[in-house]
Amino acid sequence: MNNRLKALTKGIIDVSPLMIPVFPFGIIYGVIGMDLGIGPYMTLGLSIIIFGGASQIVLLQLFSGGASSLVILSSVAAVNARHVLYGAVLSEHLSGLKLSWKIILSYVMTDQAFAVSNDYFKKNSKDKNQHYHLLGSGFTCWTIWQISTILGIVLGSVVPEELGLSFTISLTFLALLISDFRKFKNIIVMLISGIVATIGYNIIPFKAYIIIAALSALFVAALLTLADSEKK
Amino acid sequence: MHWSLIIYAGIITFITRFSMIFLLKKDILNDKAKKILSFVPAAIFPAIIFPPIFLDDAGSVDLENNPKILAAIFAIIVGYFSKNIIATIFAGLILYWFLIFVYYQ
Repeated sequence: MNNRLKALTKGIIDVSPLMIPVFPFGIIYGVIGMDLGIGPYMTLGLSIIIFGGASQIVLLQLFSGGASSLVILSSVAAVNARHVLYGAVLSEHLSGLKLSWKIILSYVMTDQAFAVSNDYFKKNSKDKNQHYHLLGSGFTCWTIWQISTILGIVLGSVVPEELGLSFTISLTFLALLISDFRKFKNIIVMLISGIVATIGYNIIPFKAYIIIAALSALFVAALLTLADSEKK
Repeated sequence: MHWSLIIYAGIITFITRFSMIFLLKKDILNDKAKKILSFVPAAIFPAIIFPPIFLDDAGSVDLENNPKILAAIFAIIVGYFSKNIIATIFAGLILYWFLIFVYYQ
């Protein structure tokens, strides 16, 4: 097996276990898309064009709540702001690549692909073909996400509304935070975000409560981080 | 919904992924900036989680007879101990279904 194929295969294998929670998440997303009545083409279109589960659900939720485009788009940007961090971390390993490679790899860079490929890059920094690992992990995520979205679209037309599946949005995001539950500072940041959003839901105009809550919480996170570094 | 909204959202998402890979030669974000960016999920997701759980259809805070609060607390407990995403979602969903279909009936 040549090096490229080896890195590609390794990427697919490494990311596979992380696909177990992604699959039901995609189904839930597809069901919600159908539930909110945007139809199968747009539900799948979001998965292909945006390819970011959390931001797709936020977009749907704000849209169905009647938010303006500006608020929807800035909320999508806020939810995806963590990718800036991933890009900054990976840029060291990808800076030598052609522009076309950078574009393709950026499109498929998800939380899961970042996690496994960053790990691989650190261990194999001398390998010229290491970027094939991210191609493998990223396109595995992509494929799983599209398949599960389609399954959700199919199920969404038969799942009865009484099941209260919109509650799964809250549960899904809650589950994405489980690694934060053990960190005291993160708990403070989470509580501020949640409380500001709940109080602000009716008070803050234009459905901008997600952005305002996130910025307030991030401001506190910055204060906590700076206070912590001064102590040292 | 208009397709243009979806395309703009796609472009914005792509920019968040592409910008640093395109611009940086090396990793130049300092540790403090990285630390703060690592709080982004904790700062945003609760803003999405809390309002639908605590607010009723009329938009006022509903703390009594609210099955979503109990189900969310149960999900947090299961998540804390299991560290398993799927177990967390299903624990919350199953308690929620039990409460709305059996307990509150």
